[in-house]
Amino acid sequence: MTRAFVSQDTASVALGADEVAEALACRGVEVVRTGGRGLFRIEPLVEIETAAGRIGFGPVAAHEVDAVLDGSHPNRLGAVAALPFFARQQRLTFARCGVTDPLSLADYEAHGGWRGLAAARAMPPAAVVEAVVASGLRGRGGAGFPTGVKWRTVLEASAPEKFIVCNADEGDSGTFADRMLMEGDPFCLIEGMAIAAHAVGAAHGYVYVRSEYPFAIRTLRAAIELAAARIAPFTLEVRVGAGAYVCGEETALLESIEGRRGQVRAKPPLPALRGLFGRPTVINNVLSLAAVPFILDHGPERYAAVGFGRSRGTMPIQLAGNVRNGGLFEAGFGLTLGELVEDIGGGAESGRPVRAVQVGGPLGAYFSTRSFDLPFDYETFARAGGLIGHGGVTVFDDTADMAGLARFAMEFCAVESCGKCTPCRIGSTRGVETIDRLLAGGRGPGPIEAAPQMRNARAAPRGPAEEAALLRDLCETMKHGSLCALGGFAPYPVLSALDHFPEDFGLPSALPEAAE
Amino acid sequence: MKPSRATEASPAAGERSRRGGPPADDLAELVSAARGWLGIDRGELLPLLHALQDELGHLSAATVAHVAHALNLSRAEVHGVVSFYHDFRTEPAGAHTVKICRAEACQARGARALEAAAADRLGVAMGETRADGQVTLEPVYCVGLCATGPNALVDGRPVSRVDAARLERIASEIGA
Repeated sequence: MTRAFVSQDTASVALGADEVAEALACRGVEVVRTGGRGLFRIEPLVEIETAAGRIGFGPVAAHEVDAVLDGSHPNRLGAVAALPFFARQQRLTFARCGVTDPLSLADYEAHGGWRGLAAARAMPPAAVVEAVVASGLRGRGGAGFPTGVKWRTVLEASAPEKFIVCNADEGDSGTFADRMLMEGDPFCLIEGMAIAAHAVGAAHGYVYVRSEYPFAIRTLRAAIELAAARIAPFTLEVRVGAGAYVCGEETALLESIEGRRGQVRAKPPLPALRGLFGRPTVINNVLSLAAVPFILDHGPERYAAVGFGRSRGTMPIQLAGNVRNGGLFEAGFGLTLGELVEDIGGGAESGRPVRAVQVGGPLGAYFSTRSFDLPFDYETFARAGGLIGHGGVTVFDDTADMAGLARFAMEFCAVESCGKCTPCRIGSTRGVETIDRLLAGGRGPGPIEAAPQMRNARAAPRGPAEEAALLRDLCETMKHGSLCALGGFAPYPVLSALDHFPEDFGLPSALPEAAE
Repeated sequence: MKPSRATEASPAAGERSRRGGPPADDLAELVSAARGWLGIDRGELLPLLHALQDELGHLSAATVAHVAHALNLSRAEVHGVVSFYHDFRTEPAGAHTVKICRAEACQARGARALEAAAADRLGVAMGETRADGQVTLEPVYCVGLCATGPNALVDGRPVSRVDAARLERIASEIGA
């Protein structure tokens, strides 16, 4: 009987993979549902098992499956792993994703699963922590804090109970790596959490998944049940978010698990010392925890050998937005933004020139093509007035309205602010208003300023330059005065849009046109 | 137990007559049954609210009162949680829910235009339920399908690359 592999990743299903799988099954084909390979242009993708390995066809529509089965389909890709998009990657965390059946323990084991956990459990906890420190792994959620150092703090804290919490509240637009891993290789995350539990002495863990990811929730719950005996005595449960972006902030996430409004806590105390239910808590992103099994299995040196500067290991980069080869590209740090967008991404899918790239989600800076030589690395992007965040790279073509996107950033912050600190709660709304006035070309005196009693109030109109200065001032206040990254980073897209694309705000161009 | 439940349930009577929800005693039973299915010892509130909304479609003031009573919380605390999270609704939704992603990656692929076209085709403003109760149109901020937008969730089912033809198919599927 013919065996075919079809992804059940949400992205594949949203493009019709379920219908394709059903059409294959109706023709007597044994269909194995895998995770997503990570290149959406070729989805729905069908891979047929042959003596010479899997042969891919994609994209395939449900009514075309006969052509796939007789080999005549025009979208024949050959071996998928040999396509340039995949051949250029270095998949350490996503090695199994798209290849294996996500809920097959046998598949997981056959592809190197559980070896990291076995290695860790043969070591004393402190040695596991030091291995993670030596790997140079930094928090993949965006902050880039060394994961091993966080674990060491929790290990050294003494408490009657400790927790492992996985932050799977992947709310950043332009990112989907957490989702793909949870849907495509959930045991990898579970193994990483079990290693963390052994390393710090925790007995119970939570995965907090956003409600927008129903497939990930379902897969993860099934996987936890299947792996329960493997990870025992450690136990794990899934908690589902409820649509609040701010719950991706670690302390808001802890509040949410505890059953409260997702309001940010002031730090200190650090969650590593007083986290969930007041106990020492390791809270890490999905990708940080999923990188750990490789580190324990192959040794920290192997992981640390890849990378750039102080950013060690690989980053699952997500190419999103208006880009031809959108998808998941895992590679060592250090590729330039231009390589990612133009060479690997293939430029804008619309065929128009790329105008702007937002790196690091809705709180990340917008860059123009003038920044395409920046290497992908935590420090370089911080110096350039941005951040790499969770590794999302969102591409916009030349139809992008950068002033509208800057306004959207403030509007989004206002919608999602938890309300605890004033710069974020009030500043975001004032930001929307200021951008509106800037785009309207300034304003005359307001009703109060125009009142006869206000003898010293200014009567002269305010021009766009003054509104822009006010907006910059507001951004400074939000950056330095906010309690967490929501209000603190929302100014990045706004200021970068102002800096790199002032003409969209009706302001004079930043750089003089090159002399002809 | 019984007397205090009766006082807690008193707003439910008015609620019931206005909206035709389940009788208050059934609500109390549902809350206690849901707590049993969930079997959660700590941080029970969010999972319980999710379970009740899945059952009832929305979280009425009466439901909030029963949850508060069962978990020994004030109604204000439960209301605060319900109002904080975008997922929880205090009014019933339409027979079908269409969510359209509004985030940047979808904007880069034409989500703004789709939002306008969907509001026009479905005959309902963003964030509203149509007068006949057939469809609710809501924004969502990222569904994690960021290279294949614009994206919609139709009764929870993801649909990518929503163009005019797909929008028309969605509209006819849900009878709108």
